[in-house]
Amino acid sequence: MSKRLTTAQYWWLWIVASLALTGLLAHQFFWQAGKSLFMPGDLTDGHHQFADNCETCHTKPFADGKLLQEACIQCHGDLRKKPFDSHPLSKFKDPRNADRLETINALACVTCHTEHKPEITLANGLTQPRDVCYHCHADIGEDRPSHQGMAFTTCKDSGCHNYHNNRALYTDFLLKHADEPNTKNKAEVPAKEFATVLDQILEYPRDRYPLEPLNGGQIDAPDKVSFTAQVERDWLTTAHAQKGVNCSACHQPVDAQGQQSAWTDHPGVDGCVDCHNLEVESYTQGKHGMRLAAELPPMNTADARLPMQPDARHKTLTCTSCHAAHRFDVHYAAAEACLQCHADDHSLAYENTPHERLWQAEIAGKTPPNTGVSCATCHMPRVEVDVNDWMSRTLVTHNQNLTLSPNSKMLRPACLHCHGLGFSIDALADESLIDHNFQTQPNVHVNSIEMAEEDHARYLREKEAAKSQ
Amino acid sequence: MQITLNKKWLALGVAAALTTTATFVVAVEDAANKPMIAPKTMADALHLVMDSDRTVYTRKIVNRLAAKEKVITASEHFDDEKALVLPAQMFRFGAEMVAKRAEKLPDVNFSYSLQSLWPVNTQNAPKTDAEKAGLKFVAENKGKNFYTTEELGGTNYFTAIYADTAVAPVCVSCHNDHKDSPRRDFKLGDVMGGVVIRIPLES
Repeated sequence: MSKRLTTAQYWWLWIVASLALTGLLAHQFFWQAGKSLFMPGDLTDGHHQFADNCETCHTKPFADGKLLQEACIQCHGDLRKKPFDSHPLSKFKDPRNADRLETINALACVTCHTEHKPEITLANGLTQPRDVCYHCHADIGEDRPSHQGMAFTTCKDSGCHNYHNNRALYTDFLLKHADEPNTKNKAEVPAKEFATVLDQILEYPRDRYPLEPLNGGQIDAPDKVSFTAQVERDWLTTAHAQKGVNCSACHQPVDAQGQQSAWTDHPGVDGCVDCHNLEVESYTQGKHGMRLAAELPPMNTADARLPMQPDARHKTLTCTSCHAAHRFDVHYAAAEACLQCHADDHSLAYENTPHERLWQAEIAGKTPPNTGVSCATCHMPRVEVDVNDWMSRTLVTHNQNLTLSPNSKMLRPACLHCHGLGFSIDALADESLIDHNFQTQPNVHVNSIEMAEEDHARYLREKEAAKSQ
Repeated sequence: MQITLNKKWLALGVAAALTTTATFVVAVEDAANKPMIAPKTMADALHLVMDSDRTVYTRKIVNRLAAKEKVITASEHFDDEKALVLPAQMFRFGAEMVAKRAEKLPDVNFSYSLQSLWPVNTQNAPKTDAEKAGLKFVAENKGKNFYTTEELGGTNYFTAIYADTAVAPVCVSCHNDHKDSPRRDFKLGDVMGGVVIRIPLES
């Protein structure tokens, strides 16, 4: 038989429940890193790895918009400047654009990149107003008759325009590459340059590790350290041993004060960064290493949003996750290593694609170097990066996001080395083709080149008319 | 006794020297901060520097090396083409750098841009009433500048507009040939556009 609670009991129940709730919230707020109860909405794919550390973006409690913006610039500032920002802040700070700022606040990153709003988040984590381009470019149809009739929501389609770098597919570029075949006669990517330019890199620690081949008798690991014969054999086959990089270089890296650290059996990126600083820098700009840039423990595959292989659900990512020590086999790192974890449709379909067959032929030595297409060829392409003021080198960018979001960023550093521009644009616009990893030909056609040709014909007519006047 | 007297005179001399130096420093300091430059004078001075640098770049770099010596080209796609930046781009990049650097100098407050009634990039067409009137005025009154005030975004500005003239053959050939140029009959010495300088009238 049920018994009704007295008023006093209700009061006690309310007090106890309130205290319990307060305790739970206080525990979350003060002692839990994640604070997931306070999160107003899911984070985008770009930032979800920071869900356990609100302070990465919200650097101070009750931070205002200015501080939030500084947090954006802290991580994204450099990439916005390079190679080119076609909508720099300085353009909008000009008083003549004051009225435009009242409609679209182009001075704040969050105008187009707001967080915790999954209900309005579009592809690539964007939350921009759908008509963001329209407010300044409404008359584009008059400038470019080829653009007449296009909806104001289509500017970004197929990678034609990109707010921060809208010159990737400019008209002259489209015309210059208009007549290229689907696949070029000389289809190869640029060779990496590190070994060949080492002697020009001032910062290289050549005093400690002269560029001379080492043999097994010269190993400098402390006596107390034991290692297998296989480890020694692996090391001897690498460029490390050939170029004088001894055990201590990675296992006892030099700290900021120039002091050699104590031996560590499993060095993290600290063991690599002395020589491979540009690779490490790009690694920390991508999804694999972004937590390191925020001084957090490395990413764990359990936190990945992309489908992962069942037996790779709890792997921690560091340099040696892909570049297995001590062999550092770059062929393994460029494809096989990726497929140890990634299990989405595109990755699973890689085997036996035309790209993969070219890759197998290259690593088997049947075709010339740089003609195969691994995962890294497109997702970590070889790009030219400034080493210092006076030289640059071609290296593998380890920021695998550099060529995505949107995927037209892949055209120049990857596709165009081997394929024609028109073919490449079509292929990147064909989602089903991407899903099965380019097994067949594109079934989508984007008429960017035809539009550029149409505009060029208009120009020639105008020029002729001007001449006859 | 003699020594004591000398010390007194020495002390007096040092004190006098210090006072004179301090007065001089204060006077110089005051002179440096004395408000004496009118917005119009400041705009005219800024324009003199901009226009001279712009003319030097156009004539001695672009026209000489690209048109006369033919040792390098100039292109708006200077990165891809490994070419010189165009004079208009040089000017704009400078204006953007000034805007960025001036953010750290609270006492330095001005902006400038290159605009035209016949812009290759329509974003550089006149936008405000002052710009429209000024660009028309400098195009129709060769040798004269246009000065006015205007309110933008709640701030009052002194706005000065100066004619931008075709100072070298490359100005004419490039604008007459550019696929996006709305006018193809420019001649050397023609007013092709204008430099707009803005100085806020209150802090």
